[in-house]
Amino acid sequence: MVTAPLEDILSKYEGRARDALLPVLWDIQTAYGYISPDAARAVSHLLRIPAADIYGVISFYSLFSDQPTGETVIQVCTDPACGLAGSDEILRELCAELSIDPGDMTPDGRWTVRATTCLGLCEHAPAALINRRGSGAFSHAPITHSVDLLNGTEKPHQGILGGQTNIFLSGTDGQRRQTLDEYGDYQGLRHALNSLTPQQVSAEVEASGLVGRGGAGFPTGMKWRFTWQAPFQPHYVVCNADESEPGTFKDRVLMEHRPHLLLEGIALCAYAVGAQQAFIFIRGEYPEAEQCLRDAIREAESAGLIGDRVMETDFSLHIEIRRGAGAYICGEETALFEAIEGKRGFPRIKPPFPTTHGVFHKPTSINNVETLCAAPGIVLHGAEWFRPWGTIKSVGLKLVSVSGHVNRPGVYEIPFGISLRALLETHCRGVRGTLQAVLMGGAAGTFLTPDEIDVPLTYEGLQAIGSTLGSGAVMVFNDTADLRDVLRRLARFFAHESCGKCFPCQLGTQRQMEILERSDHALPGDRDRLSDIGFTMTQASLCGLGQTAAAAVLSALQKWPGLVEA
Amino acid sequence: MENNTEPVKTITLTIDDLPVTVPEGTTILDAAQTIDHAIPAICYHDATTANGLCRVCVVDVNGGRLLQPACILPCQDGMVVQTRNERVERSRRTILEMLNSAVDLAQAPTVQTLLDDYQIDRGRFPGSERREHVLLDDNPFYVRDYSQCLLCWRCVQVCADDAQYTFALTWGDRGFHTHISTAFQVDMPESSCVFCGQCVGVCPTGALKPKIEFGLEHGWSLEQIRENTRRGRKRKP
Repeated sequence: MVTAPLEDILSKYEGRARDALLPVLWDIQTAYGYISPDAARAVSHLLRIPAADIYGVISFYSLFSDQPTGETVIQVCTDPACGLAGSDEILRELCAELSIDPGDMTPDGRWTVRATTCLGLCEHAPAALINRRGSGAFSHAPITHSVDLLNGTEKPHQGILGGQTNIFLSGTDGQRRQTLDEYGDYQGLRHALNSLTPQQVSAEVEASGLVGRGGAGFPTGMKWRFTWQAPFQPHYVVCNADESEPGTFKDRVLMEHRPHLLLEGIALCAYAVGAQQAFIFIRGEYPEAEQCLRDAIREAESAGLIGDRVMETDFSLHIEIRRGAGAYICGEETALFEAIEGKRGFPRIKPPFPTTHGVFHKPTSINNVETLCAAPGIVLHGAEWFRPWGTIKSVGLKLVSVSGHVNRPGVYEIPFGISLRALLETHCRGVRGTLQAVLMGGAAGTFLTPDEIDVPLTYEGLQAIGSTLGSGAVMVFNDTADLRDVLRRLARFFAHESCGKCFPCQLGTQRQMEILERSDHALPGDRDRLSDIGFTMTQASLCGLGQTAAAAVLSALQKWPGLVEA
Repeated sequence: MENNTEPVKTITLTIDDLPVTVPEGTTILDAAQTIDHAIPAICYHDATTANGLCRVCVVDVNGGRLLQPACILPCQDGMVVQTRNERVERSRRTILEMLNSAVDLAQAPTVQTLLDDYQIDRGRFPGSERREHVLLDDNPFYVRDYSQCLLCWRCVQVCADDAQYTFALTWGDRGFHTHISTAFQVDMPESSCVFCGQCVGVCPTGALKPKIEFGLEHGWSLEQIRENTRRGRKRKP
């Protein structure tokens, strides 16, 4: 094992500002397995950041540690999809094999084993993330034997893809990354640079009806237009690749297989909003996807498709990857900006909105991976090309991530409007066993009962039955699943991921978890307690995390009141 | 300055069915004060940046989907604000009940008044984890009892760019287990603290307390107080 001396790491960041904090901490964490007070002090001098602030950042992010960790750190996902697939048992076996408790390091310093939240490998459940000191991370799924994790028998995952594959998944077989040769020229970008003004690009995207695919559904072209119009300079583009919603893994699949589609989408967005700098903020749990993006950026730069004077025009664009460090909250756009700026991922008060006050408090268009991937086709073929798919209100094709008890879990590209039943029975080749429940939209979503699955998969269709499409996560539970156990895992997830900023979420996620932990032997009044906590988090929390942290629980209690006795 | 003669633009809105006119930029919290409809708040302090943390000041604005923090939201023409309807009261009461179940509020008189005003059930969350911390007595000037800390952030803010630019304080961990800390939890004298005392001044509970006050409460003799506050003797809990 070779570790770079601290001086070598620090010298890379000479003269940089605070926004280099997460990158330098990642280098130290990878080299040493933890960030010592001495290392933090050295970073404090280098970047001129108070030592207290650095400690605050280290202790905020799950993938940073201020205590030594083993040479290999194994993190086993215990969220619903992996939990159903037996990850608790694997974690137990692993700890028994090494004679440690979850969270601990072996006395010889070789291993640390702990539970973690969703790794975005739900179609391969159960999954683990393995960090080897000095050489970085890789993921491992499915885990068939706990001992494979110790033997280092690496099992690279392949995509399980299907559906219409016209826009997002075309030209990929799920085996590996599409190279630039296979992807071809950035035709949409070339068309825009040669024939369209930035305003025309936004107008085309606005006319297509494309809305944000991260879950909030804001009209994309409008966001681009607002950013273009913002009077202060510079403007930025941020790609939100912090996909961390349990049950959602479509963005991982896109980045692993079609990185050039994403880079072209980012370039179009940058042209439309007048930006020369873009960041891709990718979660630290996606090492393979990050590598695919790095390789693709290198290819695109050498081909002159990004960089200075793109395609020999006056348009220049630099794309930088920023790696998250283990915090679901950083999928919230303003918390993501804080992370890029080298701070704890606390969400900001809105307004002001990112289109005027985004990263570095400059005008920023922040878009989800899938949203940006829709742009090249729309710009190349025109808005009308996108509209025939879907419905009037839900336009185009959509990626959905299906996990849990179906015969073929995976990422499917579907036209809006097909029913949930058709998705499960046709694309996913049916439910394994007897259907009990479907969780739509991930941990922040809502439960459906078996008699609700004829609902059309559209924003308006799901809204009409009080549900949500969210990011397109579909988690399927058959009658062997213990829904109380599922709720406990969801509640633990939110308690673990609450940032701690506002009182309703910081206190409410903890109390919600405690009550659900005892739901097999509920106390009198527990259902009312959950109802008050859920009401308060939903209405009074500062950001989207708290506002949705009770959604799944409240919907389950409405449909299956017996889950928590009154 | 000549500009000062320009008339200030005013905003007219409705608060609890009463018309209110205030200068542009006034928050709902301040506007409600002008008609003596006090909106309760815990984290808010005149001297520190409002962050909308405690959400006890939330109000209903135009019947919107989300309740809004009155300490931050500026008044706008035509707004219809309810400061005490059922949604608002249910949220406030639940926040207060949860807070009381987590934090030792015995020495926080303003919060105690609120708990009484809202007639909260002080035993609402049985069997729940409390935030308990060891008393930190590591310097001659003040003691820190984070079991009484309700995370209003005022101390962190006055230590940083709201006042002192000393940056001795930060947050450790996150979520329910967030706590105020120095870098790597070192003792205060080893931190960048300059003992200006501003954090003690803005603390709304007994979490930060002058050492003399602490000593008097614990029946220290004059000699003990002198011993403990002038020599900086460290006393591990």
